[in-house]
Amino acid sequence: MRILVGVKNVIDHAVKIRVKPDKTGVVKDNVSHIMNPFCEIALEEAVKLKEAKKAKEITVISLGTDKSNTILRTAMAKGADKGILVQVDPGTNEKLEPIHVAKTLASIVKRDKYDCVLLGKQAIDDDCNQTGQLLAGMLGWPQATFANKVVPKDGSIDVVCEIDGGLQTVNVKTPAVITADLRLNTPRYATLPNIMKAKKKPLETIKPSDLGVSLDNQTEILEVNEPQARSAGEIVPDVKTLVGKLKEKGLIE
Amino acid sequence: MLWSRNIFKSTLATGRRFNSTLVIAEHNNDVLSKITLHAITAANKIGSDISVLVAGSNTKKVADEVSKINGVKKVLIAEDPKLEHQLPETIADVIVETHKKNNYSSIIAGASSFSRGVIPRVGGILDVSPISEITEVHSNDTFTRPMYAGNAMAKIKSKAPVKLITVRGAAFEAASNTGGSGAIENVPKVDIKDIGTTFISQEIVKSDRPELTSAKIVVSGGRGFKSKENFELVYKFADSLNAGVGASRAAVDAGFCPNDLQVGQTGKIVNPDLYICCAISGAIQHVAGMKDSKVIVAINTDKEAPIFQIADYGLVADVFKAIPEFMEEIKK
Repeated sequence: MRILVGVKNVIDHAVKIRVKPDKTGVVKDNVSHIMNPFCEIALEEAVKLKEAKKAKEITVISLGTDKSNTILRTAMAKGADKGILVQVDPGTNEKLEPIHVAKTLASIVKRDKYDCVLLGKQAIDDDCNQTGQLLAGMLGWPQATFANKVVPKDGSIDVVCEIDGGLQTVNVKTPAVITADLRLNTPRYATLPNIMKAKKKPLETIKPSDLGVSLDNQTEILEVNEPQARSAGEIVPDVKTLVGKLKEKGLIE
Repeated sequence: MLWSRNIFKSTLATGRRFNSTLVIAEHNNDVLSKITLHAITAANKIGSDISVLVAGSNTKKVADEVSKINGVKKVLIAEDPKLEHQLPETIADVIVETHKKNNYSSIIAGASSFSRGVIPRVGGILDVSPISEITEVHSNDTFTRPMYAGNAMAKIKSKAPVKLITVRGAAFEAASNTGGSGAIENVPKVDIKDIGTTFISQEIVKSDRPELTSAKIVVSGGRGFKSKENFELVYKFADSLNAGVGASRAAVDAGFCPNDLQVGQTGKIVNPDLYICCAISGAIQHVAGMKDSKVIVAINTDKEAPIFQIADYGLVADVFKAIPEFMEEIKK
């Protein structure tokens, strides 16, 4: 099985986001960036499949600016065999929509032929939760989203998916798209020797236009605002006071 | 139909003259999910002429229920044994075919694991960029949606030929399930392609407690409970208040409770009247799922915990002492 893993460069989840004063977006300069945590989980699963001899080769791909090279190298240090950067300029990068990424992935899948595309269930910056499903729809492939467990069979994969209220198991014939949920696995750290080795692994850089992918926008961001702040509350001295206040407000009987 | 298409063309420059909306009903072939009522409220704000699609292996009962919802003009039924488990691969085909016949200006569903699977897949088939989890409707093409775990709110305008929208249930009231009189009709038979997905099994956690996303009160437990046995106290506390039970990611990861209880950016989004956080520190990820609750109470031993910055009432105390005391106090 040949696996394609998509990874996205996002602002570190530990960073407190600041909205730009001109409301065009959030401040991204001089802010720590990381590989989107769900992409890390997708990658880890691919590497585990390779270690279990269920996968032959892992290609990792990112659509973004040169900065995405860092996470592609990290991904290779964690076990991906080669990388593809589909390079866009920073201005275009700001406006990318999941559908652009899905189109890019679809064209790479058609070019290089993969048996499985593994993605994170959502990126923690735009919180869209769309790319994997868009891609599956474009390719007419089966999809298994919010994967909690992945068990490859002959020519198909059993996937346990997290759904509202519990779990659902589906079998998807390959080629298929799978998106990783939080509890699929615990991603490994890249070791120093592997980071050094990763520098020698092949990394292809191409443009969306090389793939015939158009990045026309369907969605325009008019403005970005801070969410409404909650007003400060009070610390109550004991349970009795707390219950009294809640009863007074009619919140509990 | 041809006539109305011509109208569309001639008014393209100034926008469409009228809106037709298709809402995708979520159900289990027996009962309608409450999230659909929230989606219908959002659909009402987008425009008139709401049709609701009920696709499944058994649709009669749900369709009757849907036809009574206020604002629903038409109920479209797609019944097929292939739709039994409502896999996205099958439902998307039905939606696409229904859309091709009726040319909707928007297709809407309540944000849930079901619609997150279906709506973007339809987008992939139709070459349309979807809009996830809107919290506000400004017009038929302009919406607000949260990003960065709710730390930024983006006002967006969609130029997509059909707006494919999921609606954050907690942001819209539920539509009244009485007073409507939608006409029920069958959609023409859709040839559902088998593209290689097979349903194997489903494991639903059964509970008599109010459902987490629609409960008026939610009691949530975190890492501070230290064990699955101790976490029982959260259930007891919730039952004493007839509340739904939630949990932080830390509690789920530690195996104290099943993962469908997780509240947060990657779990459920709730906005009850009262949200009681017990032994939860208040990480960004968790806060994203509950910060729109009307009143937030935090009980935590660490007075520096970030949760106290957003709590209306904070109690610095050990949950193992405070919760039993709380339950005693409400009996009085």
